[in-house]
Amino acid sequence: MKNYTFIIKPESSLALNLSEIWRYRELFLTFAWRDIRVRYKQTILGIAWAILQPVSSMVVFTVFFGNLAKIPSGNLPYSLFVLCGLVFWGFFSTSLSHASDSLVGNESIIKKVYFPKIILPLSAIVVSFIDFLINFFILMVYAVILGYYPSILTLVIIPVAVVVTAFSACGIGLFLSAFNIRYRDVRYILPFFIQVLMFLTPVIYPLSIVSPQKQLIMAINPMTMVIESVRQIFNDRPIIDTNLVSISLISILVSLIFGLWYFKKTERFFADIV
Amino acid sequence: MPQPIIEIRKLSKKYSLGTVQHYYTLRDSLSQIFRPTAHADFWALKDVSLKIFPGEVVGIIGANGAGKSTLLKVLSRITPPTSGTATIRGRIGSLLEVGTGFHMELSGRENIYLGGNILGLSHKEVKRKFTQIVEFSGIEKFLDTPVKHYSSGMYIRLAFAVAAHLEPEILLVDEVLAVGDAEFQKRSLGKMGEMSKQGRTVLFVSHNMTAIKNLCHRCLLLEKGQIKMDDTPSRVIESYLKASSSSSSISLSQRKDRDGTGEVRLSFLNVTDMKKNNLIKSFDRLRITMKFQAIKPFSTLLAKIAFSDTLGNALFRVESENLTQDQISDNTFIFETSEINLPALTCLVNVGLFTDGHLSDYVQNSYSFDIIGSTKRGVKSFPNYMALVLIGSKLIK
Repeated sequence: MKNYTFIIKPESSLALNLSEIWRYRELFLTFAWRDIRVRYKQTILGIAWAILQPVSSMVVFTVFFGNLAKIPSGNLPYSLFVLCGLVFWGFFSTSLSHASDSLVGNESIIKKVYFPKIILPLSAIVVSFIDFLINFFILMVYAVILGYYPSILTLVIIPVAVVVTAFSACGIGLFLSAFNIRYRDVRYILPFFIQVLMFLTPVIYPLSIVSPQKQLIMAINPMTMVIESVRQIFNDRPIIDTNLVSISLISILVSLIFGLWYFKKTERFFADIV
Repeated sequence: MPQPIIEIRKLSKKYSLGTVQHYYTLRDSLSQIFRPTAHADFWALKDVSLKIFPGEVVGIIGANGAGKSTLLKVLSRITPPTSGTATIRGRIGSLLEVGTGFHMELSGRENIYLGGNILGLSHKEVKRKFTQIVEFSGIEKFLDTPVKHYSSGMYIRLAFAVAAHLEPEILLVDEVLAVGDAEFQKRSLGKMGEMSKQGRTVLFVSHNMTAIKNLCHRCLLLEKGQIKMDDTPSRVIESYLKASSSSSSISLSQRKDRDGTGEVRLSFLNVTDMKKNNLIKSFDRLRITMKFQAIKPFSTLLAKIAFSDTLGNALFRVESENLTQDQISDNTFIFETSEINLPALTCLVNVGLFTDGHLSDYVQNSYSFDIIGSTKRGVKSFPNYMALVLIGSKLIK
């Protein structure tokens, strides 16, 4: 019985209680399982929806930006080039929007049961990851159909890209989820914010069309490096700019620390404000 | 003396009325930077100190807004206190609502796992208790139907079945038994009684005085965020009801949930003992005062008054003769009964008025009152489900 002794006090530490999160790992998975289950139950199209979204965007972007605007796409056909971007951007943006809605969407539970709230935005990212897996599979199939085979380095680049994307979404998502619970108009601004951010990320154009100085600024957005690197998997000798990568890593670290800090700072009062 | 399982020291919780507001918008906050508003503070809990020992079942009563729910919320760590500490020496489970975390789109089976996990049961524990939970809920046939298609009764039964299989050392329960039909309430009260017999520590908030009396060993009265009284349930309830009995008359003529053709309309009802005292005891006789409005003409009137307990058990009834209008003065009936011979319970009064042989006005739960038991301090009486009517007796040998 001694093991369970707990003292409730007004102030709490800002430290991340990892052992507690570990104890709640099952609930974390339960939340993810619930959201996946509900997601595929509610839509008639189910998995087809996850396929349709990037494919339809790819077609539209290929027609307008590839064929009409003739945006360069390096040594890849524009459709494959843009699909690489869309698949990873999709993972980032759905993670971000699901994570930011996760606390508000579960307010009835937050008000009635204690658990470390951080598992909610984190499980939202797991849910988006399932969609991503389907999308990534389509990307690979499409590349092979076009006769582009991923190099052996794919096995390194893709997992790193996935982890980087998840961490980027995590830092900003933590902040936005807590911010969203405090200020409910955030959820209406967020879609615009994500839309704008997409055009600031080289999803539909290559990074090389902007000047080197501007590239340094764009690297603050970690998704820039993710998408640029993913496109390299079809090259035998991938070219990755280490300067830009380090800028991205620093930026992820900063956003992660800030997101966590803001989340922990407001976490204890969620039940009072929702 | 064993160590207390819950030890609360000077616990306070303040809500500034700003945070009570449902939520903010960014726009409001930005505009408020320039127009700072005064914040009013509200202490939901003020300097509460309390020790609860393992195995105690503690009832918490008090008017709405007295801080009962806030206390449970702080103890279950949902919201932090403003000052003070509480030491919890055991695994805590809270049941502040029936059906927390249930998802409408998911099936009953899926919701058992989901709800169980959210309330703190592991997947393994749910699996082990699955058959018991299903059996207790009585919804076997609909296990794979989404709960959105359930009737509200089925939903509550399933949700409670999950909650009833929690096994924490300390259980916090907030007024969850107020929902559901009489049958359900009976079962859930039985389950609560079972839990307390297993030596679990329970904190139980309720407005159901009978339940508190039957289940609890100790009772707290909260008033304006402070503990007003901490004693045996019967003493605390008696003093609470004495203080609040004056406020229990409701405006009957304004109630819309009535039945009948409407020639007459029940407008006032009051039940006291023979000395016109609102505090009614087990062996008292009742004095029932009832007034009605005459809306349409009629030739004869008959009044029937049925008394039941909060679990829906019919207790007794009082009926008048068929009376002509001349026999009734001031549109008022006054009845005096014989001794009621009932143990401590909350009594509900249903009234039917019949004109010319048909139902003219019927008001369910038109009045309720509590009967104060006559059990001696420290003596645990039989629970009401074992025997209801007390018969006066004399020990002759």
